[in-house]
Amino acid sequence: MSAGPIELATTPLDSLHRQLGARMVPFAGYSMPVQYPDGVLAEHRHTRAAAGLFDVSHMGQVILRGADRVGALESLVPGDIRGLPVGRIRYTLFTNGEGGILDDLMVTNAGDHLFLVVNAACKEADIAHLRSALGDAVRPLPDRALLALQGPLAAQVLARLAPEAAEMAFMSWRRLEVAGIVCWASRSGYTGEDGFEISVPADLAERLARRLLDEPEVKPIGLGARDTLRLEAGLCLYGADIDTATTPVEAGLAWTIGKHRRAEGGFPGAAGILRQLAEGPPRRRVGLRPDDRAPARAHTVITLADGRPVGEVTSGGFGPTVDGPVAMGYVEAAHAAPGTALLLVVRGQPRPARVVDLPFVPHRYRKA
Amino acid sequence: MSETYFTRDHEWIRVEDGIGTVGITDYAQHALGDIVFVELPAPGDSLSRGGQAAVVESVKAASDVFAPVSGAVTAVNQDIVDTPGLVNHAPEGDGWFFSLRLADAGDLAGLLDRAAYDAFVKELE
Repeated sequence: MSAGPIELATTPLDSLHRQLGARMVPFAGYSMPVQYPDGVLAEHRHTRAAAGLFDVSHMGQVILRGADRVGALESLVPGDIRGLPVGRIRYTLFTNGEGGILDDLMVTNAGDHLFLVVNAACKEADIAHLRSALGDAVRPLPDRALLALQGPLAAQVLARLAPEAAEMAFMSWRRLEVAGIVCWASRSGYTGEDGFEISVPADLAERLARRLLDEPEVKPIGLGARDTLRLEAGLCLYGADIDTATTPVEAGLAWTIGKHRRAEGGFPGAAGILRQLAEGPPRRRVGLRPDDRAPARAHTVITLADGRPVGEVTSGGFGPTVDGPVAMGYVEAAHAAPGTALLLVVRGQPRPARVVDLPFVPHRYRKA
Repeated sequence: MSETYFTRDHEWIRVEDGIGTVGITDYAQHALGDIVFVELPAPGDSLSRGGQAAVVESVKAASDVFAPVSGAVTAVNQDIVDTPGLVNHAPEGDGWFFSLRLADAGDLAGLLDRAAYDAFVKELE
């Protein structure tokens, strides 16, 4: 091996990004577009107003086969996979023995197999973890790309190319022929808006992306706006808001723990997680709105009025739709109620802020 | 007659009659991306050359703005506090940050003129 610079992987849309004038940055081992010439604010606003196209091909796509795939996956996650109907998706978590979170993921019941989408930075570890429970039934899909089409006009746009898209329920999945390309589409996303995530063979990804970008409502959106959109939507970023040091209960993700899982356990860390569920966690993930306009970034210390530290910001910045700074972080449970006044120590200066309900911008998912 | 100088940290300073007006360059605003927050010194603050003078935050990150020269702040641009995007749209015009009375005109000797700055930026690209 030569000692050159770290080789970044590219997605099947790499040349398209460059042609569109993207600013490329390293992210989770991939060269990814952080923004296009319009910039993060315009891209964010466009997604909330029309439809944005995101390349999320760096994420891991994995198929689980085998007769015992449901039981085996349930041995790794607290989600109810047994009760997941064919054609439906569920958000769940890989937990560890201490109740920490190894990754968050989407699980689809695709009928004769389960289809998983996991985070780029975790995918190698996730695949190894899955293999420990499922062996050869774990099939990574490195030859598929993943596009997200998000925004209030996403359904209208996609239905123009694939009429069946219009009728898809939120958190449903199906095979869909989009402009002649057979894709796997889910009605889901990471922006708080209605939209779709579309898995497509890598060699057809650019054709599909260009076809979608040909629609007048659609613009390409980079990772910068993806982050501001998900933050305003109160959605966790793995590695920032959740990790092995946070539990599903502390993170406010107890809703992902299935009913029979609460009764029966049988997932890593179940004892501690179920105890926290019963007794309440020592700290909670909360939304924070600074009173002034200074953004509070990740790792900003959160204190009481007397200066005693009670937590830390895990994600924070400027929310373009909120038109002000927004943050999420963990605080001691006694100080986690909405309305609680706290201080955020930004550049050594304590600045007043308030605990608020999440999300900062209401979700506009498709109603059933 | 005013004269404009530049730093390798991408600030500019336009000097006239012993007063310098400071901002960030077009290269800097472009590299930062959409600017959403600015924190300025207070009039009367004493700044030292190379020391932190202001903070500028884009959507993604916070950056320091350094004083190109030493001096006392005479005015600040409240418009960029209210409308931070002005720094993106007019970095060398309405997007100025603050003015200061130069403590020592000799500080200017260490700065770049426009041709030297342009050459410096070209090397970065």
